[in-house]
Amino acid sequence: MTLTLKNAAKTFADGTAALKPTSLAVQTGEIVSLLGPSGCGKTTLLRIIAGLEAPDPGGQVLFDADDVTDLPVERRQVGMVFQSYALFPNMSVRANIGYGLKMQKLPRAEIEARVDEVLEMCRLSDYADRAITALSGGQRQRVALARAVAPRPRILLLDEPLSALDAALRDSLRDELARLLRRFEITAIFVTHDQTEALAIADRVAVMRDGRIEQIGRPEELYRRPASAFVATFVGHALALDGDVTGSVLALPGGNLPLPGAAPHLSAYVRPEDIRITPDGPLEARVESAVFLGTHYRVTLAGVTRHPLVAIHAAPEAPKTGSIVRLDIAPGAVLMVPAEGPAA
Amino acid sequence: MRQAKVFQLSVTLLAAAFLIVPAIMSVMAGVTANYFRGIRSGLTLKWIGQVFELYADSILLSLYLALGCLIATLIIGVPAAYGLARNPGRTSRVLEEFVSLPLAVPGLALALALLQLYGTMKGFRTSPAFILVGHVLYTLPFMIRSVLAVLAATDLKTLEEGAATLGAGPWQRFRDIVVPNAMPGILAGALTVVTLSVGEFNLTWMLHTPYLKTLPVGLADSYASMRLEVASAYTLIFFVMIVPLLMAMQWASDRARRIAQ
Repeated sequence: MTLTLKNAAKTFADGTAALKPTSLAVQTGEIVSLLGPSGCGKTTLLRIIAGLEAPDPGGQVLFDADDVTDLPVERRQVGMVFQSYALFPNMSVRANIGYGLKMQKLPRAEIEARVDEVLEMCRLSDYADRAITALSGGQRQRVALARAVAPRPRILLLDEPLSALDAALRDSLRDELARLLRRFEITAIFVTHDQTEALAIADRVAVMRDGRIEQIGRPEELYRRPASAFVATFVGHALALDGDVTGSVLALPGGNLPLPGAAPHLSAYVRPEDIRITPDGPLEARVESAVFLGTHYRVTLAGVTRHPLVAIHAAPEAPKTGSIVRLDIAPGAVLMVPAEGPAA
Repeated sequence: MRQAKVFQLSVTLLAAAFLIVPAIMSVMAGVTANYFRGIRSGLTLKWIGQVFELYADSILLSLYLALGCLIATLIIGVPAAYGLARNPGRTSRVLEEFVSLPLAVPGLALALALLQLYGTMKGFRTSPAFILVGHVLYTLPFMIRSVLAVLAATDLKTLEEGAATLGAGPWQRFRDIVVPNAMPGILAGALTVVTLSVGEFNLTWMLHTPYLKTLPVGLADSYASMRLEVASAYTLIFFVMIVPLLMAMQWASDRARRIAQ
């Protein structure tokens, strides 16, 4: 199913504009992630698609060619995974998953068969008759997903589905969720504030800020060609290189850095993994600290620009704290975005 | 240390005895052939039989009233608690206090108010429905508060949204999600309502007519006009009815409170 949003906006009763007029098109089978900090309007957008919130007059939600804007949530045929899972504590795992099918008034035998199928897919067969309270966090997360997909919804909506889990579990479930979503071959919208989740799971990521979509694109696109300073810093923690641009050279306190091209009215950003410590680099920096993290050292460097830079240094030895080192940044690795005030 | 414990225990036992001995005496009197000659006169079930002969109607009336009261408080109280839980805010707080007002007002005043307003409506005044209205007024806050406490501890909004995305309409959500999750509160509330209705005296005594005596009103009547042994036997019957209810109520309330925490 394709999803089309036209000028969907949401202003709450107290006058806060949670979502500015937003348009979005999602292809059949595509997984789109809404990524942004809390309060950016991503959950509001998801709830408008679900039918849990009505958009301001003028906004439209289309499922394929059907205008569902005025259709109540219970008739929209959406599947939703809530942040808190919202599993029914008064029902077993099986009854939770079968509830949507029961609402469709399917024959009992068919409900059983389809619940069994989804239980199998989500590796929950052994827990079918358990009470919800007897499940671990990861199991609950899978039950919530199974319950949402069992009625074969037109679209699957996930609201921070992994945020209630602890870090280790989140990593393993992230990969499993990505695998399951591909397997269900369903159009899905996925809300998260965690860029790793968005990049790992989604076909396209919409970065949101202050109630609007700032940039939408494939994960690689966002990462390599951010359209704004906010996207550059929020996705991949890019660091600002504050200096004066003359022609295609950026003059920094620590030296002059060649840029990929002439760059008036643009700001330069760099990612920690693109800063190389090398004896013949054009920039000079003082090592403030070097923290060993197993696969690499995280080196904090002062003197290049106003704020200290952080570099990922994958070498057997760390530079000495307090020593002066030289840095290089390949021209292609410098991210150029429209100049603006520092990102929130 | 040990002495302190022994002291504590004896104080507790004494206090308990102070409360329970009169009750035991009264119950014993109900099965004693002749109270003035004491237990030596022998034990008998004659008085209990007499109570049933004289007051069977009172016992039945109390049971019917309790049942009617339960049905009314369920029909009014559960949706009311649901409404209050779904719309938390100042208006709900005020409404909740308002509903709880009969708890603070003496039963006597409540009964007088009812008599003033409806006393002249002949058919209503002399029907059991009149007493039922009083009982519902008095017990409703207990039902609402008990259900509300459990519902307030549940993330009802999200659960209902979950059910709605799965295709459940408002009525199905109430039936499948709200009522089952409120059940511990409903059970505790129901037992409280029945216990209070069966035992209620103040209000009922004001509202009753000679043909409409409930269990406790009948008890007062028996003490006023019957042999002491009959009245005592009545007490025994009253105990037998109310004590299991009280125990069940205690159990259900504890359970609901654990869920509400």
